[in-house]
Amino acid sequence: MIDVLVIGSGGAGLSAAINAAKEKAKVVVVSKSKLSNNHTVMAQGGINAALGNVESDSVNKHIEDTLKAAHGLASPDMVKLLCESAKGAIEFLDSCGVVFSRLKEAKEKIKSIAQRRLGGASAKRACYGKDFTGLRIFHSLLDCAIKEGINFLEDMLLLDLIVEEGKVKGAIFFDVKEGLIQELWAKTTILATGGFGGLYLNESTNIDLASGDGLVAVLQNGGAVSDLEFIQFHPTALKSSAILISESARGEGGYLVNSDGKRFVNELAPRDEVARAVYKELQEGREVFLDLRHLGKEKLLELMPQELELARLYEGVDASCELVPIKPVVHYSMGGIPVNEKMEAIGFENCFVVGEAANAKVHGANRLGGNSLLEIIAFGKIAGKNAAQKAKEIKFQNPNQSHIKKAQSELNHYFNKPIRINFYSARERLAKIFYEYVGIIRDEASLQKALIEVKKLQNQFEFMGIMDKSRKNNANVVDFYSFKNLLQLAPLVIHAALLRKESRGAHFRSDYPNEDAKFNYHILLKAREEKNADKN
Amino acid sequence: MQIKIKRGDEFKAYKIEKAKLLLEALLEIKHNIDYTLAFDYGCKSKVCGTCAVRVNGKETLACAHRIKDGDEVEPLRYEKHLKDLKVEQASIQKIAQTQGYLHEFCEYTMDAQDEAKNDIQSDCILCSSCFSACPVLEVNQNFAGPYALTRAYRYAVDKREANAKSIIEAVQKDGVWDCTLCGECTLVCPKGIDPKSDIMQLRNISAQHGYFDPNFSNNFGGFDPNFTF
Ligand SMILES: Cc1cc2nc3c(=O)[nH]c(=O)nc-3n(C[C@H](O)[C@H](O)[C@H](O)COP(=O)(O)OP(=O)(O)OC[C@H]3O[C@@H](n4cnc5c(N)ncnc54)[C@H](O)[C@@H]3O)c2cc1C
Ligand code: SF4
Ligand code: SF4
Repeated sequence: MIDVLVIGSGGAGLSAAINAAKEKAKVVVVSKSKLSNNHTVMAQGGINAALGNVESDSVNKHIEDTLKAAHGLASPDMVKLLCESAKGAIEFLDSCGVVFSRLKEAKEKIKSIAQRRLGGASAKRACYGKDFTGLRIFHSLLDCAIKEGINFLEDMLLLDLIVEEGKVKGAIFFDVKEGLIQELWAKTTILATGGFGGLYLNESTNIDLASGDGLVAVLQNGGAVSDLEFIQFHPTALKSSAILISESARGEGGYLVNSDGKRFVNELAPRDEVARAVYKELQEGREVFLDLRHLGKEKLLELMPQELELARLYEGVDASCELVPIKPVVHYSMGGIPVNEKMEAIGFENCFVVGEAANAKVHGANRLGGNSLLEIIAFGKIAGKNAAQKAKEIKFQNPNQSHIKKAQSELNHYFNKPIRINFYSARERLAKIFYEYVGIIRDEASLQKALIEVKKLQNQFEFMGIMDKSRKNNANVVDFYSFKNLLQLAPLVIHAALLRKESRGAHFRSDYPNEDAKFNYHILLKAREEKNADKN
Repeated sequence: MQIKIKRGDEFKAYKIEKAKLLLEALLEIKHNIDYTLAFDYGCKSKVCGTCAVRVNGKETLACAHRIKDGDEVEPLRYEKHLKDLKVEQASIQKIAQTQGYLHEFCEYTMDAQDEAKNDIQSDCILCSSCFSACPVLEVNQNFAGPYALTRAYRYAVDKREANAKSIIEAVQKDGVWDCTLCGECTLVCPKGIDPKSDIMQLRNISAQHGYFDPNFSNNFGGFDPNFTF
């Protein structure tokens, strides 16, 4: 029997898997698509750790910066745990062979790692590997996982958790290659399924499959999710493709200028402030550009070759001598499944959650650049170790019955129902609704409007289904379930944004533009409350 | 504009209205014309390594290829073919074969120059383009292939590796000596990685560890210390 079933092959999943395997657990890692199809490979800028390699820094300053950006909604204990684990996280990555950029003069071990400043940080704190930080982390972790003999299953779509009397006993999947529903029984289960930026589709830096599947699985079983209203917008994505240009571009000295050639914001302020400033410029009819020209081609090639190439390939500009047109787009989901300090999902037994899918209360209302990669590595380790430990305590844990039937009949239903509406068009519609009405700046009227529009889509869902009728290798099934999950999450996000009648971090309400101490709490929602919201 | 996509045994033509990049075209087809088209994609920005295909006989990432009228699109070669443009990559097995990972971590000091040794190699996105371009894989499916050897090289030269010898050992059979040094892999790599030259370096390091080209010793008989009758 599987000791630790890890669902998700991003950095959080791999860090958990490796650490569980080191405890001698039998580990299986499952991913929805190809193993490398995740957000970890896309991370460019860096991973935070107050090593003080380049300038004076301290764990306390890291804690302070993180708490400040979180606007009162992070747990000081969890933030302390995160920042104190940072050095160990870098040492772990170093021992897996991650190729970090190093300082010019030779130094011992991780003291030789170069560091750069990202937004909201009071020191140069982000360790990086050129602008391929996440890519390098992912692949070294993958290599390390191969070394540990971990089993991988690609193209396995999580449909639901197997829960009996509050105990999670594995999960149910759609095996895309075979076209079959499958159960994987496990002593412990780790959800590392990532965020839900797919709600905004092409107005986000996320992959289309970022549909919060882990959150929905928890909701389906009576669990709760929290802080969904806090969705981070990144200020600098390429204008025509929404592909990210990393914050490191500003960290290394890049400017933001408008079409009048004027700088209009402190480029290194926290993301929410910069994103709103950019949005305002665009609203007022000016274009916004990232200006890297003064940094010089040589430096750009050395520090951010990827940014140069992305700008050339996807925007048709040479960033070393031309302005790069940009816009703010959705980037990161601060909210998720609430966990305790062991990464256990609150309300479930033998179930852990880690990474962007989790709400470990370290980002609060706004995440600092570089803190997410840190979270997935540091907390991935905690999740992996605890899951392996827990698995040792469990002698035998087979489900009392098979849970395939229900999933099977649901799948058959989606295959066989008459279809009148193309769900891909509905998915685009949903993204438009969210960008327009649940965007960088929202208010009561826009959110109510969004709720009505989402309700319409939910009614139309009856006429949508799986359009490709083939069984094997049918990606249409994956896209359909992802859309279904987004449609399930959508009203919860809106509901949370409606309930928070204030502005805080990434959540900005033009009708309540100030932070209000009254709202110094987390909004926790269950699937049931979605129905209440619908009635309003 | 029209592009052709290999589906089953034949090419099928599709009229493309808006798309400029191949991935956009594939999505245009899948969302509007034929929902059954199978292919993988993810980041749309050249890092997730899932959308590699062959266009007019040459490997490329769909997210980075500008389509031209008449382009013929096929799946990668030598991987297990699943459907249309979708294949199952052998990367996990191949990396396990060359043991392309850090074997034994050691204390070290490092500077930017040390880092430069395997800087480029560590940007590999495992897209398998090089694998599909390699002529050796056509005849020997057990050959480790270019990216797996590049991985082995990347760890073997890492200052943090205390046991490069065991990596070198792992690349002897169906590894460095089976490569023809044709350079096809280098030509198609979207990240500018040069597996051919990494393989040549691996041969040098192999020689330093006392390994020799088995074909060479076969031809000239006897002086390879590892060679026995
Ligand atoms: C473009 C970009 C740049 C970024 N840059 C930085 C940076 O510089 N620094 C930083 O700290 N953070 C950065 N971030 C954020 C950071 O990369 C992510 O938050 C982090 O990598 C998330 O890791 P994860 O393991 O939790 O999830 P992911 O990496 O998203 O992985 C999720 C995994 O879950 C699997 N999965 C999902 N649903 C299912 C299902 N139903 N069934 C089976 N499997 C499923 C997926 O297949 C995938 O393997 C960036 C993000 C983006 C998008
Ligand atoms: S150089 Fe070697 S590895 Fe590269 S394609 Fe040619 S034979 Fe294959
Ligand atoms: S070496 Fe280049 S072509 Fe080969 S898998 Fe890596 S990135 Fe792709």
